[in-house]
Amino acid sequence: MTVTLNGMNTDRKTTSNATVLEVKNLRVHYATPLGDVIAVNGVDLKVFEGETIGLVGESGCGKSTLAMSILRLVQPPGRIVSGQIQIHGIDLIALSERELRQVRWNQIALIPQGAMNSLNPVMRVKGQIAEAIETHQVQRSPQELKERILRLLAMVGLPGRVYDMYPHELSGGMKQRVCIAMAIALTPSVIIADEPTSALDVVVQRVVAQTLLDVKRTLGVSMILIGHDMGLMAQLVDRIAVMYAGNIVEIAPVKDIFAEPLHPYTQLLLASIPSVKERKPLVVTEGLTHDLRRPPPGCIFQLRCPFVMDKCREVVPPLRELRPNHYAACHLY
Amino acid sequence: MPQPLLEIRDTTKIYRGGFLRPGQQLVALQNFNLTIPEKPATITAIAGESGSGKTTLANLILGFISPTSGEILYRGQNILTMSMRQKLEYARQVQAVFQDPYAVYNPFYRVKHIFDLVIKNFKLAPSKQAARDLIEEALKMVGMRGEEVLEKYPHQLSGGQRQRMMVARAYLLKPRLIVADEPVSMVDASLRAMILDIMLRLRDQQNISFLYITHDLSTAYQVCDDIYILYQGSIAEKGDTVRVIENPKHPYVQLLIESVPVPDPNQKWNTDVNLPSEEELRSQVDTGCRFYPRCPYHMDRCLVKQPPLYEIDSGTHRAACYLYDQPPAEAQSGGMEQQEESRAG
Repeated sequence: MTVTLNGMNTDRKTTSNATVLEVKNLRVHYATPLGDVIAVNGVDLKVFEGETIGLVGESGCGKSTLAMSILRLVQPPGRIVSGQIQIHGIDLIALSERELRQVRWNQIALIPQGAMNSLNPVMRVKGQIAEAIETHQVQRSPQELKERILRLLAMVGLPGRVYDMYPHELSGGMKQRVCIAMAIALTPSVIIADEPTSALDVVVQRVVAQTLLDVKRTLGVSMILIGHDMGLMAQLVDRIAVMYAGNIVEIAPVKDIFAEPLHPYTQLLLASIPSVKERKPLVVTEGLTHDLRRPPPGCIFQLRCPFVMDKCREVVPPLRELRPNHYAACHLY
Repeated sequence: MPQPLLEIRDTTKIYRGGFLRPGQQLVALQNFNLTIPEKPATITAIAGESGSGKTTLANLILGFISPTSGEILYRGQNILTMSMRQKLEYARQVQAVFQDPYAVYNPFYRVKHIFDLVIKNFKLAPSKQAARDLIEEALKMVGMRGEEVLEKYPHQLSGGQRQRMMVARAYLLKPRLIVADEPVSMVDASLRAMILDIMLRLRDQQNISFLYITHDLSTAYQVCDDIYILYQGSIAEKGDTVRVIENPKHPYVQLLIESVPVPDPNQKWNTDVNLPSEEELRSQVDTGCRFYPRCPYHMDRCLVKQPPLYEIDSGTHRAACYLYDQPPAEAQSGGMEQQEESRAG
């Protein structure tokens, strides 16, 4: 059985589409004996209908925390301190756990990091997908459930016999596609995929990435794709949001960000991507340099910025529209 | 011809028994040949996906497993027949850096423990101060300072820092060769350049050669001098890294390079590629070319016998594919046309 892909990612005018998910001024902290670690520092984000938005940043920037917060899956010592998360206008923070369960998977689904390694090793694939469906939606009959699961497997390009298999009988790429099948099971409006291909080999990664694209096109879902592989982002997303130390520092359509990265951190990120097209000198960069419990006053990036000015040390730069649909938080402009 | 630093001759490794059903065997590596010269220091990439045999190769070189057949020679000496003293010297001269920057540390000890052990086992320093000096020098090579990191516990350092320390530890012994098995794949993408940069510096300033084992062609392309690309236990293509990656000849290597996502939104993947969904399952082909089931150019002769490495140019570029079964001057580029069967396979 082969999977072929017709058509490509089209550049959409995102401003004309409806907003499916909106995050407003979200703050998420992790309590530690020495004070709160500020993981998400007042993030605003809109996800439009049918778009794929990439969330990039280095380890510790808060992207996974942001993803988990949207589904209210942040565990203590983490907690949502303030902010709003709205899906189709419903405020998720105000919901009870029981009401949340209706939203989770039906409206928003998650493919967490390392999902393929989290499959239950003693349960066949059919059981796990069934569980995902039945937890969030009552099923009418076992036959209908089975047909539904088989359709899902077909949609992610897996042969029907995977239905009866155990996870250990599948390769990494196949397991990951089972996870994608679980995520699309209830046709949610938004899928959050956290590093969906990071442990996979190059060719398998391409297959899984194309499955995601296929699925997105067929179902019209919006997707938040979290990762640090800018190459993959360039292939898969419509817009990119760049995160640094809990803040979104730049957000723009993918072509614009690659053509003209405005924020110095984005510039650094793009300069350090190795590619197979061009051999160029390595750009060496340090990781996070400040204590996340005590962010410096002013711009969050000041300690690493090659263009830092006095103003940066005092005033927090707001995320402003500097070019059409292209936002960046930087005093240079 | 000067004696090479490391020479792997016609080495095969077959796994049998264990949880495999009786009679079933796994050919992890087949008739593998590799040479690393004594000088100049080089970084050689061993690239391949899961199941290609690259980890088996690393384990063979480090002496963790023995080959089923063939020889591994270090400076002319077969590592299987080395005396205890020679083995100790080999362990000193051939060091390793592994993939998981978490797993190699004992979480109960402060990180300086990894250096203390090495210094003690190899008797590198007569006094505490001398030991400390050695450690500082090694840390400086990787851009860290002792007072900042030595007293910390592993979980207090980032993945990149832990991995850099591992390189420092390997460097402590002043090895000739470092086998780096996926050293950056578990390190955050933005911090990888730092470690690759250290490798380059060690090569240029300290004359240390590297075997860089990876599945990531982008980083291999950036830092490696030579590359061997493995497919299910055999070399598919090898040669100068830039030549191989810019002008791949073996159909598998062409597929691999095409599949690397280009960080340019104007260059999307060619979306008309046929991708078999069974590709992850290990090839059932026992004789002949392992890539046959997936190869768009496969011919009958490909099933009969594994193709040898044919010359692509007058240099070191070779590809194991019958498409190139003729002198380089007449070879087709890209392998688009079937060759006339003028010679027996």
